[in-house]
This record gives sequence, structure tokens and C-alpha cells, in this order.
Amino acid sequence: MHPALQGLITIIVGVGGCIGYFYLSNQILDRFIFPPTGDNAGRNINRANMVRPWLFLFPAIFALGLYLAYPVVETLRLSFTDRDAGGAFVGFDNYSQMMSEPKFWEAMRNNMLWLIVVPAASTAFGLLAAQLTDRIGWGNIAKSLVFMPMAISFVGASVIFKLIYDTRAADQEQIGVLNAVWLSFEGGPLSFLFLRIVPALLVLAFGAFMAYGVYLSLRPLIWGENRRGRGSWWAIPLRAVVALGGAWLLWLSVKSIFSLLTVSLPYGQPQTWLTIPFWNNFFLMVVLIWIQTGFAMVILSAALRGIPEETVEAAVIDGANPFDIFFKIKVPQIMGTIVVVWTTITLVVLKVFDIVFAMTNGQWETQVLANYMFDKLFRASDWGVGSASAIVIMLLVSPILIWNVYNARKEMR
Amino acid sequence: MAELKLTNVQKAYGTVKVLHGIDLHIQKGEFIVFVGPSGCGKSTLLRCIAGLEQITGGTLEIDGMVVNDVPPSQRGIAMVFQTYALYPHMTVYDNMAFGLRLAKMSKDEIDKRVQNAANILQLTPYLDRLPKALSGGQRQRVAIGRSICRDPKVFLFDEPLSNLDAALRVATRIEIAKLNETMPDTTMIYVTHDQVEAMTLADRIVVLRGGYIEQVGSPMELYHRPANLFVAQFIGSPAMNILPATVTDVSGAKIDVDITSSGVAHLPLAGDARLKGKSVKLGVRPEDLKLAASGEEPMIVGEVDIVEALGEVTLLYVRVAGHDDAVIAKLAGDVSIKRGETVNLVAAPEALHLFDGDGNSLSAARRAAA
Repeated sequence: MHPALQGLITIIVGVGGCIGYFYLSNQILDRFIFPPTGDNAGRNINRANMVRPWLFLFPAIFALGLYLAYPVVETLRLSFTDRDAGGAFVGFDNYSQMMSEPKFWEAMRNNMLWLIVVPAASTAFGLLAAQLTDRIGWGNIAKSLVFMPMAISFVGASVIFKLIYDTRAADQEQIGVLNAVWLSFEGGPLSFLFLRIVPALLVLAFGAFMAYGVYLSLRPLIWGENRRGRGSWWAIPLRAVVALGGAWLLWLSVKSIFSLLTVSLPYGQPQTWLTIPFWNNFFLMVVLIWIQTGFAMVILSAALRGIPEETVEAAVIDGANPFDIFFKIKVPQIMGTIVVVWTTITLVVLKVFDIVFAMTNGQWETQVLANYMFDKLFRASDWGVGSASAIVIMLLVSPILIWNVYNARKEMR
Repeated sequence: MAELKLTNVQKAYGTVKVLHGIDLHIQKGEFIVFVGPSGCGKSTLLRCIAGLEQITGGTLEIDGMVVNDVPPSQRGIAMVFQTYALYPHMTVYDNMAFGLRLAKMSKDEIDKRVQNAANILQLTPYLDRLPKALSGGQRQRVAIGRSICRDPKVFLFDEPLSNLDAALRVATRIEIAKLNETMPDTTMIYVTHDQVEAMTLADRIVVLRGGYIEQVGSPMELYHRPANLFVAQFIGSPAMNILPATVTDVSGAKIDVDITSSGVAHLPLAGDARLKGKSVKLGVRPEDLKLAASGEEPMIVGEVDIVEALGEVTLLYVRVAGHDDAVIAKLAGDVSIKRGETVNLVAAPEALHLFDGDGNSLSAARRAAA
């Protein structure tokens, strides 16, 4: 049979089946189970109306249960068993085995790095693009260009960026954009400016921002400056964690500034970018940032347009400069949306797999949890450790997901 | 604390001219109200004064200094918006302190000013609340408080009462009037389309139409001596009756007019003899009309179309032959007149207004001179 014909039949059967299910189930409910006739007509109508929503919900609930809820339980069970021992229960052995593997910790560290950098960068760039494109004539064209990567699959984007990072021998013409740019630097004063001073300043700005963040999160703890009693018990550990994370990033940036200024750069030699440990993570992150910025921009642009113009005018009269208006009037008013965008991107990041799989497959210290899981589950055929890592990913995603749903619902109110 | 001088102020959006050269001199401490129908440019004029719109022609001076290119925050103005424009993420206190903090004022000074403004407007119990936890009237008071804190030379109000319900509108109107009394040195400019607000609040009213000033004057000046047909009909409710008429005689300090297909009127005005035979418009306010006593020469004769008895007054809609619009008479008290009856109406000669063919008043100028 021709495949198109098969497809057509599938569509007819599927759609017809749906319509048939809803029609027939409602008919059965109204005709036979609770007929709106006889002595109990009123009561029957009420009962039928109470049952009806469940008739409509049943297919979705069933499918979700079968393909989402059941696998979670089954994965949890598998993570406590050993395949080689015939599926015997082994307790937390798989977890402890996983914890002892350096590759797992590498994946954890990289995931955390992704978790911090990608949502922050995507949201920041998206917000910047949304604000800057709002007031110019060709803003909509710029927006379309920024949004376009959203239409490209992660694997497609990875292939594009693999070409950007591509390397040829020094005597050949470079087809990778990054190496072509790199080879144009030869160690002169311009190279010093662009490869040491400018990045060092950028990192310095980031470090200063982090220092300010640490200061902000610690201020109420140390100086006891409780702003009108709006603190809650979980604010203290949360602030401590945020401050610790910020301090770590601050330390990282100070170290990077130092190494940026002292490292001897191999001018004139084409680099295989994806094999440079630690930094290659960032080359991979660029791909996801490139894709997610469009998403952040579209949502934040809509939020920015929802801000009443009068509040901005009132701020102008109050003497606010454009920076004040942006950071003190506009951003606080769309904070809810920013949080939703941030957490949504965070969820994407925690599950990131395709980009790493397609570009490095976890080599050269770029492993992430999802790829680690895939490795264990389908290459090493070790369902125990694979399931254990899947559960770890789920545990990491769940709190952010709940927080995200909570915020999104708050926004809608 | 400031006087404003507008010289030939113009505003155009591309080729569309919105303000066609406004000349206006506002004294320090004056309460000025801009009124006019929607689209007359009154809000645009206010926004030009505030600096939210760039003036495209002419000059605006505040205290003798040209401020065309001075940013809004340095003009010494404060503005209250129709939609309150409170910062939704800040408490009432922070809303009022925001501008002061930007001005790098000391914490004590900020606190003093905010507490003072909150006291004046009875907002002290609400200082820690967010705007969303306040009622409409309270929000507008916060907006006013935010302006008071800045201690401005010029207060600008852009239809501040339009978003309030009727009862609150009256209450807030009275509060603004009180505020004006407590700050006698502060110049206030107020935009509204509501003539009651204009009449009750203003020292002087500026009537605008289509980007031109039609008349500037005190409320009573505008009521008693409208400069033209537009102002005559805009001020007063119900609007002034306008009847086409012909001048029959001009003698000394008296002009006689013949109201087309109705009675005659004698106006105590000195007129040019050349007016004789010209078509004019006779204006008479509904409240100036009364029923003619028997034997009195009737001015307007017509058939009652609709009677609206409101208790304190009775409105008669009188159909006069040859006129499209009904003549409205506002009679004091409860008057026993039925629909369909023919009535004779008269008005005191000094209460009549006469306009030439272009709609400019013949009576206002003469009376002003007198």
C-alpha cells in the first residue's frame, strides 16, 4: 500500500476514533447510565455533568500515565536493580557506583556551569534585544533575525556551529569562522586589546556584578536590616547558597582575569576549539544561548510592551535617566515574566543532550548528565547506573519545574 | 512660585499641526484650567509644558528662563496623571521617595517630605502598602502626594479625576481645591473636559479648540461675557440657546433685533449703525429665560415639546418655528406646564448675548469696555 494512503487511513482512524470515543461515551452516559428522564431526572443530569469532565480527560490521563508516570516509577525501580545479576535488587549500589565515577562528577559540574551561564546569558541578551528593538523602525526585522534560530533543531544548530569551530591545517584556507578570525590576530597591540584587555574588562564587569550580588544577598543576614518584616525562614539558607554560588563565580572570574592577562596565546596556529578543556563547554553553551535568546526576547518584548507608558513618563518627570527607567521601573514590573523565562530555559538546559551529543559526545571534559545517561543506558547497556542518572536529572528538574509552574500561574492571575 | 510664559508655542506631529501658536501668560500662584472638547490639544499643551513632548515652534519660559530644551525633571514641575501612573512594584512610601532618591537627597530630608505629604493627604496608615492594595481615590492621592514631595514650582494635572466615580470625584475635587489654598505660591495647571471642575477650581480658564485658544478669563468672565459662539455654548449646562436674528434698529445705546419668525429683543448695547439689516446670532442662556407676564412683549414664542421636571428646576424644550434645535428654558422650581402648550418666553435685556455672522461676540467687547 502506498505510504500516503497509509497516512490518510491513520488520520481518518485516529480522528474518527477520537470523535467516536467522545460521542459514544457521552451517548452511553446520557442514555443508559444517567438518563435525564423518569423520577430522578434532575439528580441524573447533575451526576452526568459531574462524570462528563472525566470522560473528556480520560484519554489524556491514560496516555500520560502510560508514557510519563509509569516510566518514572519503572526507572526508579530499575535504578535499584542490576542487569548482570538478572535484575536483582541491589539497593543503592548503582548510585554509589555512579558517585565514584569521575565522569559523573564532570557531568554534574558541567551541568551546573550550563545551568548558571545559559539561562542568565539567554535572558540577559533576550531582555537587551527586546528593549533595544522596541523603539527603532527596523526593530521587527531585527527581532525576526534574533528569533530565527528558534526554528532550527538543536542538532542542526550544532552542525552549523561545528562548521564555525572547524579547523584546517595552518597552510590551508580556514573554513571555520572562529579560526579565520583567530588567525588574523598576530600578537600586536590590537591583539592585546581585543584578546586580553576587552575580555578581562568583560570578566571584571561580571565579577563586579557577582560581588554586588553577594553583597545584596548577605546584607540582611549580617547587618540584620530586615526590610519591613517580609523575610521568611527559608530566605536565610537561600541567601547563603546564593552568596556561596556568587562567591565561587567571583573567585572564578578573578582567576580568569589573571590567566587572561598572563597566558601565552598560540598566535598563528589554528585551534581545535572543541578540544580545549573547560573552555569548550562555553563553545557548546553558545549554541543553546544562540537558540534560546530568541525565545526570551519574544516573551520579554511582549511583557515590556505591557508596561503602562505613564509609569515611564512619571519616572521621566521624577528625574530618572534611561538606565534608572530600565532597571528600576521596567525590569521590576516584568520580574515575574523574567523569572518564568529564566526557569523555562533552565529546564531546557538541565535536559540538554542533543548539542553535546552532536558536537563532542562528552569527550574532552564536556560531558553532561543527559549524555552520561544515554552513554550508560544505550552504549554500556548498564540500565542500573543509567536509570540512576536519569533519576538524578529528574530530582534536579523537579523543584525548578514546580517553581516555574507556580510563577507562571501567578503571572496569569 | 513660578510664572509661565508661552510665546507662539506650536506642536506638530510630522505635518499634522496640533497646536497653532499658543500665547499665554500664567502668573505665579495661579490655578489655570485648560478645557475643551477632546482632540482640542489641551493635553498636548500640558505635556509640552511638562517636557514630555518636544515643542516644535515658539518658546516656553518658566520664571524668565526658556525651557524648551530643558529635561522635564529640571523644569521644577510635577505631574499627576489620569491613570495615576504609580510604580506598581513600590510601596506608597517608595513611590513618593523615588524622585527624591534620584535627586540624591538625604534620607532624613526624604523621610520628612514623604511624612509631610502623607500627613496632608491622610496617607500615613498606607505608607507600607503596594498601590494594588489601595482604592482608586487613595491611589490618586498617592499620585498627588508624589508630586507634593517634589516641592514643584508648577503642578500639572492631566484629567486627574476622570478615572474616579462620581462621589469620589467631588471629594477629590474639593481636596485639590484645599491643596491649592495651602500652597498659594504654587502655580497649578489643570486639564479637564469637565466644565464643573473648570468653573469650581480655576482662577482663570483657557478654552481651547482645534489647537487655538478661544478665550482666556475667569470662570465668571467666561460665563457672562463669552468672546464667541463656541465659548458661549461650551460653558454652561444646558448649553446657551442660539437663535438667528436680524438687526432692525441701532440707536444710541440700544440695538433692536428681530428674531426670525419669533419675537423681538432689545439689547442695551452701543452699536455701529452699519449693523442695521445684518444677520446676527442672538444667544440666551436657558437659566435667563422666564415665562412672560401677561401683556409683556414676548421674545420667543413656541410650543413645548418636552418637559423635564427635576424638582429644583424644570427644563422646557420649546420648539420654535423655523429653528431646528429646540430652545431650552430652565425655570426655577416646579412649573405646571404640559407638553403641547404654547409658551411666551422673555429674558432680561442685559442677559442677552449678540454674535456677528462670524460668531464673535458683539456684546462682550462692549461690556468689557464699559
